[in-house]
Amino acid sequence: MCAKLTKALDKSLWVFHVNSGSCNGCDIEILAALTPRYDAERFGVHLVGTPRHADVLLVTGPVTRDMEEKLKRIYEMTPDPKVVIAVGTCGVSGGVFHESYNLVGPIDRVIPVDIYVPGCPPRPEAIIDAVVKAWLKLERLRGEGGEQ
Amino acid sequence: MNDDPTFIIPVGPVHPALKEPIQLVLTVDGERIVGVDVKCSQVHRGIEWLGMNRNNPIQSIYLSERVCGICNVCHPYCMVMAVEEAAGIEVPERADYIRTIVAELERIHSHLLWAGVAAHEIGFDTVFHYTWALREEIMDTIEYVTGNRVTKAIMMIGGVRRDITTERAERIKKATAYYLENFQKIADIFLHDKSIKMRTRNVGILTKEDALKLCAVGPVARASGVPKDVRQDAPYGAYAELDMKAITPDMYNGEIVGDVYDRIIVRLLEVKQSVELINAALDNMPSGEIVAEKNLVKLLAMLKRADGEGIGRVEAPRGEDIHYVRLEKGKEPFMSWKIRAPTYNNVLPWIPMLLGGEIADVPIVAASTDPCMSCLNRVTVVDESRNREFALTKEMMHEMSIRKTRRLMRND
Repeated sequence: MCAKLTKALDKSLWVFHVNSGSCNGCDIEILAALTPRYDAERFGVHLVGTPRHADVLLVTGPVTRDMEEKLKRIYEMTPDPKVVIAVGTCGVSGGVFHESYNLVGPIDRVIPVDIYVPGCPPRPEAIIDAVVKAWLKLERLRGEGGEQ
Repeated sequence: MNDDPTFIIPVGPVHPALKEPIQLVLTVDGERIVGVDVKCSQVHRGIEWLGMNRNNPIQSIYLSERVCGICNVCHPYCMVMAVEEAAGIEVPERADYIRTIVAELERIHSHLLWAGVAAHEIGFDTVFHYTWALREEIMDTIEYVTGNRVTKAIMMIGGVRRDITTERAERIKKATAYYLENFQKIADIFLHDKSIKMRTRNVGILTKEDALKLCAVGPVARASGVPKDVRQDAPYGAYAELDMKAITPDMYNGEIVGDVYDRIIVRLLEVKQSVELINAALDNMPSGEIVAEKNLVKLLAMLKRADGEGIGRVEAPRGEDIHYVRLEKGKEPFMSWKIRAPTYNNVLPWIPMLLGGEIADVPIVAASTDPCMSCLNRVTVVDESRNREFALTKEMMHEMSIRKTRRLMRND
């Protein structure tokens, strides 16, 4: 485990955050995970401005009809190997919004999801834990020749 | 090449974030903004429909919390007020005080969150991290009092779900003392720092006439000198007993400009006011029941028999929030439910604020009304005269904004 992590840590993990119609509760918790109390940035986890730079997609929200196409495009724009994290109950299962006429989600109906973080909203610790899991998965993908 | 020197810059629409996803279409002549158009309502979760078709009124309380993750006390507060009016339920006095305290705790958290985001928008990330670190104290308090950091689930039709016990009151007192102690520090940073002043003074001005004409609400209206605040004008909860006055920037420095700086003044003073309101409410809290009807099955049966309509008005951190509810006898879900969230009113004032400004000021001006900034995540610049198109990301805009701060620093 230790050796593995060292290998994975050879690069900082860059994260792109996509809001697919969330209420903003998860989004402020993602920001809280980056600010001094939890400070995920000390591990090199960095929020980037474009999916083309990202290793990990943090997706929040239940995916509304309007966001479906955009979410797919963002997924395609992210270079491989990549990991998708669904943050929040509504992204995982639809949550309180399930059965609504304007949803196409949950997220895994639109793009493949690797890690699910339930909670409405999940705590910053849970989000950081998901990012660490993403790290391990990315490392495995790289080991399988995902990276040139 | 045609003669028209203007470009069109659509901002958004991709990031639907808070209540309203927004697309801004800016027409620019060089760096100057000469035309602004705002397009809303691209993403929609059908919350009102769910409340009118699937949910019973108690389930709708938790649904209304998810209207907005940041104002998640105001929306259920507003909704339960409307239902109570429609069904004729009397709320115990102690519950009114608890609701007031939780609503004010939320205002502190929301205004600090906003202050951090505003600092980030002008490239002052140190202040962003500093305010968010201060904000964690209020998050801990909210968690201690209600059981969760963000969604508080404390409202119930006819009262509240959890009491503020002595230990919880002490924890809140500790937090208010912490903020009174640190208030001067935050105020110094935001009101006296040279670079913040340079980027916000005389930027994004909204005149009093425009604020009235466009029905701006909350801190945006107050910063333009319109002393309107639901807590003062139509007191609900315990506000009537707490002697609450709307804050306008002239209380701080005797003048009203209506710019971004004034909006900072109003929000900062409101943080202090909230702290004082919480302390006063804790001191005067009466004892007694916290909810009118403890048995939820009975409550649901009562609501099913009720027939009537009600309106709830609450001053959310962003302005006046209105919920309209109509109950029909024999029908469990609401007959009708209409939500009007404050950002809806505060989006149109973007137009006069942005006109004549620079592209680099768009992030801070838009942020100054406290909407969701995720809307700015993607921008496409269409240069019609040269017939090409390129994308301007939020990062690039952010860079431009930081460069402007540096340029101003050098010239000063």
